Amino acid sequence: MAIDRRDFLKIAASTALVSLPMLSKAATQAKGRIVVVGGGYAGATAAKYLRDWSNGGLDVIVVEPRSQFVSCPLSNLVLGGNKNINDLTFGYDLLKSNHGIQWVADEVVSIDAASRVVKMKQGELAYDRLVIAPGIDFMYEQLPMLQSPQSQEVVPHAWKAGKQTVNLRKQLESMKDGGVFVMSIPKAPYRCPPGPYERVCQVAFYLKNHKPNSKVIVLDANAEIISKKGLFTKVWAEMYAGMIDYRPNSSVVDVDVATKTVKTEFESVQANVLNVIPPQRAGKIAQIVGAANVDKRWCEVDFLTYESKIISNVHIIGDSVSAALPKSAHMATSQARVCANAIVAIMGQQMPDASPVFANTCYSFVSDKMAMHVANVYRYDATKKIMVSAEGGGVSDKPSELEGNYAQAWAKNIWSDVLT
Amino acid sequence: MKIQLKISQKAHNSLLVFAGFFLLSVNAHADESEVPSPHIQTLAASCAACHGSQGNSVGGTSVLAGLDASHFVLQMTAFRNGSRSSTVMHRHAKGLTVEEINDLAVYFAQQKRVTAITPPNKRLAE
Ligand code: HEC
Repeated sequence: MAIDRRDFLKIAASTALVSLPMLSKAATQAKGRIVVVGGGYAGATAAKYLRDWSNGGLDVIVVEPRSQFVSCPLSNLVLGGNKNINDLTFGYDLLKSNHGIQWVADEVVSIDAASRVVKMKQGELAYDRLVIAPGIDFMYEQLPMLQSPQSQEVVPHAWKAGKQTVNLRKQLESMKDGGVFVMSIPKAPYRCPPGPYERVCQVAFYLKNHKPNSKVIVLDANAEIISKKGLFTKVWAEMYAGMIDYRPNSSVVDVDVATKTVKTEFESVQANVLNVIPPQRAGKIAQIVGAANVDKRWCEVDFLTYESKIISNVHIIGDSVSAALPKSAHMATSQARVCANAIVAIMGQQMPDASPVFANTCYSFVSDKMAMHVANVYRYDATKKIMVSAEGGGVSDKPSELEGNYAQAWAKNIWSDVLT
Repeated sequence: MKIQLKISQKAHNSLLVFAGFFLLSVNAHADESEVPSPHIQTLAASCAACHGSQGNSVGGTSVLAGLDASHFVLQMTAFRNGSRSSTVMHRHAKGLTVEEINDLAVYFAQQKRVTAITPPNKRLAE
């Protein structure tokens, strides 16, 4: 590469190119090989747009051991009995064939950042730029008794959609009327800020209709509901009156798996169905390569390119990023596109957009049909060098069926965008 | 513009700001080889979560691909000033600059309408 990032910044400062609304196609064609690690919302989106926006000039190889994409968004509806896990499960065939993306079903074990090589269980790949989209990892050192697959059979997290979601649904189905569902929420930041509170609604919806004498106990490590607080409080009081017992400042310190008993600093609570959502950090690959430099948990990036602040030519997108941004699917795709666009620019000897702007929306279902949103536009702040929330963001006035329909449309459209 | 909108004076003034848009759109159509700026390309793509790739919604929301540019600007303006009530679009429209809305109008007007699909479901592997 003839131009490095410092040169770009110099060019950016000395020309007005960024403010032109249209650029001519005469710009240098991006060339090179990009390896994308991870095929979730962020990784799949980055792969697609890297190919499209480089007009096929960039070779893109995705390394992802799983052959199926299972959507976390809408997976709480499986618990409420309002979706089947197969409704949320997809293949990668169309993504690969429509965009000419190469795929390696393998697991990354290390990278050699100096020589730009990714090492996998079987073989290795050289790259010009590496994109890591590893999602989240659970911090089992804080709850070691939950680390084994056997204990997760009994106490699932169901915080990565898939078999555990189905398991938790089955446990709810076989719970007796009058039983107690206990769920714990880790301290923020974690994946999907409103997600646990939506889960409470979905479980309460199911129990209200099928096991009305049952209870939901929520042990929240946070001091209060951290997303859509007013809305969730109202929904719980009005739609699920008397069912939900919300306990703030309740960090789980111990779990007795056999008896499904959780301990906080203050009390011991026994459950019929127990769902512990463990504390989280950047996905395993980010940890392995040493990109998780913030509290040894999250990855610090340059918000113009999503390049790691500590490893050159390695970009990190999605839930692993350290930012005051919600860890959502829409956010993951928005970051992926800024990253892809910047890489296309860099590989074509141009400068990336100096002022990226993108949208985020998180819908939460409070029943089978009703949903509500939190939505914001985020703009790059050149002084603070972070993405900040623009004017006009906020939450719904109230949940509605109309927004329930839009939330379903959101899911269909984001799946279409990410996977076809 | 022969479109009757029930809007305040303040909103009307903001509509006038959009007048610059018509000039822009003429320019955009004049040269076929022009591609959107990286800024607009990424911003427009973040609308895809609800409106589909390049604005080709699979259903349940409006198709933005090939949308008449002045209609687009008027709707976005109406979402911003509240003269068109919306569930969520006021949040997205208010966070953008007038220039971005104009550029997005041109971008979406230029996109080809195609039938987008949701990927087929699979049975969750054991
Ligand atoms: C979270 C989902 C969501 C996102 C993201 C979103 N929209 Fe919308 N859009 C909607 C919905 C829903 C409506 C219908 C009005 C309403 O209730 O808000 C709509 C309506 C519109 C309309 C009116 C179409 C017509 O002909 O009546 C336009 C134009 C539009 N959106 C443009 C955009 C643009 C541009 C973006 C990206 C900057 C965007 N939208 C992002 C959900 C979304």
